[in-house]
Amino acid sequence: MTQRGRNLLLLAPAGAWFLVMLVIPLAVVIIFSFGERGPAGGYVPAFTLEQYANLPARWAAFKNTLMLAPAGTLASLLIAYPLAYYLAVRADPRWKTVLLVLVIVPFWTSILIRSYAWIFLLGGRGIPALLDLIGIDNVRLINTPFAVLIGIVYGYLPLMVFPIFVNLDRLDKRLLEASADLGASPWRTFLQVTLPMSLPGIATGCLLVFILLMGEFLIPAILGGGKVFFVGNALVDLFLQSRNWAFGSAVAATLVLLMLVSVTAYMRLIRRLGAQREDVALM
Amino acid sequence: MRIYATFVYLFLYIPIGVIALFSFNAGRHASQFQGFSVQWYGKALANPFVMDALQTSLVVAFVSALCASVFGTMAAVALQGIRGPVRAAFDLLIYVAVMVPGIVIGIATLIGLVTIFGQLNPILAALWPGAAPPQLAMGYGSLIAAHTLFTMALVIIIIRARLAGMDRALTEASSDLYATPMGTFRQVTLPLIFPAILAGFLLSFTFSFDDFIIAFFVAGSETTLPIYVFSSIRRGVTPEINAIGTMVLAASLILLVTAQVLLRTGRRRG
Repeated sequence: MTQRGRNLLLLAPAGAWFLVMLVIPLAVVIIFSFGERGPAGGYVPAFTLEQYANLPARWAAFKNTLMLAPAGTLASLLIAYPLAYYLAVRADPRWKTVLLVLVIVPFWTSILIRSYAWIFLLGGRGIPALLDLIGIDNVRLINTPFAVLIGIVYGYLPLMVFPIFVNLDRLDKRLLEASADLGASPWRTFLQVTLPMSLPGIATGCLLVFILLMGEFLIPAILGGGKVFFVGNALVDLFLQSRNWAFGSAVAATLVLLMLVSVTAYMRLIRRLGAQREDVALM
Repeated sequence: MRIYATFVYLFLYIPIGVIALFSFNAGRHASQFQGFSVQWYGKALANPFVMDALQTSLVVAFVSALCASVFGTMAAVALQGIRGPVRAAFDLLIYVAVMVPGIVIGIATLIGLVTIFGQLNPILAALWPGAAPPQLAMGYGSLIAAHTLFTMALVIIIIRARLAGMDRALTEASSDLYATPMGTFRQVTLPLIFPAILAGFLLSFTFSFDDFIIAFFVAGSETTLPIYVFSSIRRGVTPEINAIGTMVLAASLILLVTAQVLLRTGRRRG
C-alpha cells in the first residue's frame, strides 16, 4: 500500500465521523430552516422564507444575547486584566505557576455545578440576607440580569485571564524599565507600553469568551430564572418543548451567522488596531 | 494589586467552598449549617436515579473518550503526511467542530440523526427477517457519537501540537535503519506521543462527563448525571445535590491534574 493510501485509511474513521455527525447534521439544520412546521411538531419539507420572516418573534432572546454577551465579555476583561497583570508582572516568580493553575482549574470543572453554587449565594438567604444585616433590605439578586452577568464573569474569567497572562508574561520587561528610565510615570508606562503590547492577549481572550457566550444556555437558565433568556434558551424551548424544528433551525442558523459576522468584524477591527500600533511604533 | 488578586481568588473559590461546606451539613435546611455529617453523601450514593445517571455518564464518557483518542490519534498522525484538499478539508472540519456553539451541535445532531433514523428504520424493518425489527433511536449510541465528535477534534489538536514539537530526525533515523513505517510508529512515534494521547483521553473523558448541553438534546430517554443535576436544581437547592456536585468537582480535579502532569512529562521527555 502506498504512503498516501495508508494515510487516507487512517483518516477514514475520523472523516466518516465528521461527515455523519457534523456535516450532515449542519446541512439538515440549513435545509430545515427553509421548511415548515408539521401539524404535530417536527418538520414538513417546503421551500419558504417564512421561518426567517418570523425571527422577530424571538427578538427578546436575540436582544438579550447581543447585549449581555458583549457586556459579559467586557466585565470579564475588566476583572481579568488586573489579575493577569499581577500574575505576569508583579507576583513572586516562585508562586506564579501555582497561582495561575488556581485560576484555570475551575474552568475545566463542571460549569453546571459552578453556576448552581451561585443560586445559593445570590438567593434569598445568601448575599441578600447579609445585606439585610447591615440595613440594606429587599435586595433581589437571583433571576436578574445582574445575576446572569455574575454567573458569566464567574464562569469565563479563567478563559480571559489565561491569554492575557501569556501575552504579558512574554513581554520584555526591559521595555518597562526603559520607559521608566526615560521619565515616564508608571501610569504612562502602562498606557503607552504595557497596554498596547498586551492587545493580542486581550483580543484572544475576548474572542474566546464572546464565542462561548453567544451560545450560552446554562447560566441564564439557572441564574436568570426564565426572566433573562438567551438565544440558547429559545432554542431549547423550540426544539424540546414546542418541537418547532423549522423555526428552531432558522434561529440556530441565524445565531451561527451572527457569530460569524461579529467574529469577522471583530478580527478586522483588531487587525486595524494592530496596524495603527505599528504606525505609531515606526514614528 | 495583591489585595485585588486575593479578592478575585476569593470570588473564584468561595462559591465552590460553600457548596462543599454545605454538602457536609447535618441539617436538612440548605441555608443553616447545623453540624458536620456525611449523610448526604450516603443518601446520594444510595439514590437509584443518581447511580443510574452516574453509570450512563461513566459509560458514555469512557467509550467516547476511547473512540476519540484512537480515531483522533490516527487522524493526527495521518494529517502530518498529507497535503492538498484533504488536509484543507480536515482543518476546516476541526475548526467548525470547535467554533460552532455546543448548543447548535446538539440541535444539529438531534434533528440530523432523527432524520437519518427516519430513513433507515423502514429499510431495516423491510430487511429484518423476524417479527420485531430493531428500531434506531436516540440514546447511548447518539450520546457516544456526539461526544466523540467534539472530543475527537480536541484530541487531534493536542496530538498535532505534540507531533509538531517532535524531532523529525528521530523518525528519519528509524526509517534509514530499515524500520517499516509501522515499526517506526510503534517504536519511535507512539512512545513519544503516548503521554499526549493519555492526556487527550482524560480531557475527553472530563469534557464528556461534564457536558450538559449536547447531552440534553441527544440523550433520548437516557439521563446523564449533569441532566439529572439540572432537573433537580429546578426543584431547588438540596444538600444531596451539594454532595453530588462536590464529588463531581473533586473527580474532575483529579483527572485534570493527572492530564496536566502527563502533558508536562511528555514535553520534558520529547
